[in-house]
Amino acid sequence: MTAELILFLIVALTAIGAAVAMLMSRNTVYSALFLILNFLAVAVFYLILGAPFIALAQITVYAGAIMILFLFVIMMLGAERLKELDPVKWQRPAAIAITLALAAEGTYIVFSKLNPSYVVESFSGNLADPVSIGTLLFDKYALPFEVTSLILLAAVIGAVVLSKAEKKESEQ
Amino acid sequence: MNASLVLQWVIKSIIIILVLTGGFAYVTLYERKVLARMQVRIGPNRAGPAGLLQPIADAFKLIFKETFTPAKADKWIYPLAPLLTVIPALIITAVIPWGPPVTIGGKTFTLSLADINTGALYLLTVTSISVYGVTLAGWSSNNKYSMLGGLRATAQMISYELALGMSYLGPILLAGSLSITSIVNSQQHLWNVVLQPIGAIIYMIASIAEVNRSPFDMPEAEQELTAGYLTEYASMKFAMFYMAEYIKMIAVSMIGASLFLGGFWGPGVASIPWLGPIYLFIKVALLLFGFIWIRATLPRIRYDRLMSFGWKVLFPLSVLNVMITAGVILLVGG
Repeated sequence: MTAELILFLIVALTAIGAAVAMLMSRNTVYSALFLILNFLAVAVFYLILGAPFIALAQITVYAGAIMILFLFVIMMLGAERLKELDPVKWQRPAAIAITLALAAEGTYIVFSKLNPSYVVESFSGNLADPVSIGTLLFDKYALPFEVTSLILLAAVIGAVVLSKAEKKESEQ
Repeated sequence: MNASLVLQWVIKSIIIILVLTGGFAYVTLYERKVLARMQVRIGPNRAGPAGLLQPIADAFKLIFKETFTPAKADKWIYPLAPLLTVIPALIITAVIPWGPPVTIGGKTFTLSLADINTGALYLLTVTSISVYGVTLAGWSSNNKYSMLGGLRATAQMISYELALGMSYLGPILLAGSLSITSIVNSQQHLWNVVLQPIGAIIYMIASIAEVNRSPFDMPEAEQELTAGYLTEYASMKFAMFYMAEYIKMIAVSMIGASLFLGGFWGPGVASIPWLGPIYLFIKVALLLFGFIWIRATLPRIRYDRLMSFGWKVLFPLSVLNVMITAGVILLVGG
């Protein structure tokens, strides 16, 4: 067993454990913290794969910026404690049924379409160097990059419009 | 990965942690002395010669205080929060170089722990993680003042983080690299503060807000919130928050010195490399003096003004600064 494999196993178990704990926890603050732990474990995967830029971006954006907003909203609304019983009775059986269907579908596709001739095109770019990532983003993947920025802009404008409309109604 | 390299990393890490914790102890004394002089007092002068043993006396006092946990505080997160505040403060300076490579006994050593090619992003990453300690401290104390202080601190830190990140971009664009060592080396002849005056000012303001220092110490506004997220903490847990605040001050001064004031470069460093850490120390001490001076001079600003200043003035200004810098570099050919 190489050192890298041991490291991979530790990080993988942490990621899975954190994901399961996030689902099981009845306290939403704990759930949010387990999700952060999961994101950190995923960042370590990126580091193992030799992509430090993506690893650090993953921590900054997901574990840092997005999750702090989740925590902030949970704390501001005082929604730490989930009720012991589900408010919607059929939610749990429905969730189990849908999850099983999805798992069965995935398994079927993997085993039916699995043939050695179908190979996912491996990525040839250099992910270790920020300069080459930047060049790739603005050169080869310029269109997806710009589309993503437009989607984000639309989301920002949407948030502004929603908060404005609420203000007007409260004034009336 | 050989054993001597690992040993080198371990020794450098120990040096960083000792310098930062020792620095914390003496920055508290430095601050009290400077504040006292600015307010026409003498300051602590009883413990040891000229009060030099005061930090040790303070440490002993805090260690022997009772460790108290509020009745309904969260039993896991309440003790975890001080740790989550101290650890980012201790690790953030890992990418800052202290001097040019030096030769000891025929072997050349670099005077930095990790010269990674994503150094500036690492700084932002650790900054974004450091918010959690304060947020969770406020929540887990089960006290409404702590809670409000924690929420305020969180909102303030995530707002000013944007302007802080934008102010890094000027030096990054000028050096053409995310590595802090390259950014420092690009300033060997001309400091970035000359080329990036607006960026440097934005960095100073945003970093004061980021470490919750006066005049942006809203989370601890004692008239409104007693002591904010610190209210329910005592003894060594309180000391850890206190330590984090001062270590963060040292860290942002080191980052500011490296990004805008030429880092370890100064007259004579090219021929005598050991002058590098001394120049860095002097620059950090001057920036810390600036922090203390601002604290002694300015009153705390109102919370809504703080937020609207961050979002409506500092952030657009920092974006504009980046756009102008990028345009000029494109035209001149950097």
